[in-house]
Amino acid sequence: MRRVVVTGLGMVTPLASGVKPTWDRLIAGESGIGPITRFDAGAMGLSARIAGQVPIGNEQANAFNADLYMEPKEQRKVDDFIIYAVGAASQAWEDAGIEFRSEQEKERAGVLIGSGIGGLPGIEEAAITLKEKGPRRLSPFFIPGRLINLASGHVSIKYGLKGPNHAVVTACSTGAHAIGDAARLISLDDADVMLAGGTEAAISPLGIAGFAVMRALSTGFNDEPHRASRPWDKRRDGFVMGEGAGVVVLEEYEHAKKRGAKIYGEVKGYGLSGDAHHITAPADDGDGGFRSMRMALKRAGLNPDQIDYVNAHGTSTPLGDEIELGAVKRLFGDAAYKISMSSTKSSVGHLLGAAGAVEAIFCILAMRDQIAPPTLNLEDPSEGCDIDLVPNKAKPRKIDAILSNSFGFGGTNASLVLTRV
Amino acid sequence: MSDIADRVKKIVVEHLGAEADKVTENASFIDDLGADSLDQVELVMAFEEEFGCEIPDDAAEKIQTVKDAIDFITQHQTK
Repeated sequence: MRRVVVTGLGMVTPLASGVKPTWDRLIAGESGIGPITRFDAGAMGLSARIAGQVPIGNEQANAFNADLYMEPKEQRKVDDFIIYAVGAASQAWEDAGIEFRSEQEKERAGVLIGSGIGGLPGIEEAAITLKEKGPRRLSPFFIPGRLINLASGHVSIKYGLKGPNHAVVTACSTGAHAIGDAARLISLDDADVMLAGGTEAAISPLGIAGFAVMRALSTGFNDEPHRASRPWDKRRDGFVMGEGAGVVVLEEYEHAKKRGAKIYGEVKGYGLSGDAHHITAPADDGDGGFRSMRMALKRAGLNPDQIDYVNAHGTSTPLGDEIELGAVKRLFGDAAYKISMSSTKSSVGHLLGAAGAVEAIFCILAMRDQIAPPTLNLEDPSEGCDIDLVPNKAKPRKIDAILSNSFGFGGTNASLVLTRV
Repeated sequence: MSDIADRVKKIVVEHLGAEADKVTENASFIDDLGADSLDQVELVMAFEEEFGCEIPDDAAEKIQTVKDAIDFITQHQTK
């Protein structure tokens, strides 16, 4: 099998735009969660009024300035999930520094960026236009500005990437599946280079209301937003919606070596599974997550005791966090007490389709800097939380191999194993 | 007439992100101003909104230049 390495990173998160400022804030234990400012959630009577919003504009330091990545007239035609994807992909592409020397090289470079929900805010607005003004007033850009694979489409156009052009839609597993699937395309020799990741921008009245009515969102910390995302803590009461994008450049190992690329790490293992249990709830024994982790380790050729850090799915919902922990303990056995496991959703919230990609990047940086990012707000752990969950403060430690989990509605699970090269 | 021309040009500049001095009366939306077929549909919608007229599809197809737009609107404008 051809080996696949990571040679570029890009991210747009509620903490910042850019890998370095996001990572610095994450390791410092800062939170990207705040009151929803995009619309008046209180006036609408929404029970959940907080979110992890990407800081926008060109005044605030490290905020996301879309004009750096996309012409203003193009921005107007697309939903934010596409703009975030183009932003993160541009950062990753620049970081990797790949320059094409032939048409053939372009044909060996592709894009696989997914989204969980896609252009929900634009669909919401268009539905109102349709009802109030009629069909002739819909924008001709309504469809191409909302379709999920148009994130990959825009990125391919911007950089002339003529290889595989694909998109994953697996709810909250999207980002991890995208990286895993793109790595497969490279190892199977369908491409030498892939821009892969996930993007999401669904903090709109319909998006928040939809998750709120499922009782999935935190509602008890509207006055203290930064305390709301608290995986494994007894007072956790649901996830906090985030937004943003994470994109990596994946590259065949020899291809990267030959051009003297900076290599962050290797995509060593990838596991996927289905729960076949319930549309939104995991099985009590976490069987689906257990099997996806086990498959990823098997692919990587690693034993559980060779993993140093686990980036948990850990969304801060009452049910999911403990089930995942149980599955990890069952798979790792005694080795569970040697790993560090944390949920970075405690800081950025749940980026849905972008989560797995952003978290894979956090894992790569954790290996680079030999430090495990913290689980914020873990003040009073639930029963059975007796392994190192990196409460509240980042923890310097040896990290040579990591496992990252993402689980999505529909019972879809993905696990990635990343190692140092 | 000049009022209509100015308003048409303003819309073209806004929607296509074109430089104002390139938006001459003879400029073609697609050939000279970088529009694609979807941009053209959107432009026509913007003209309809601005001037309160309806531009049927077969007429819209014939509006290829800034002057085409000005001429059509001059004949059909209601506001």
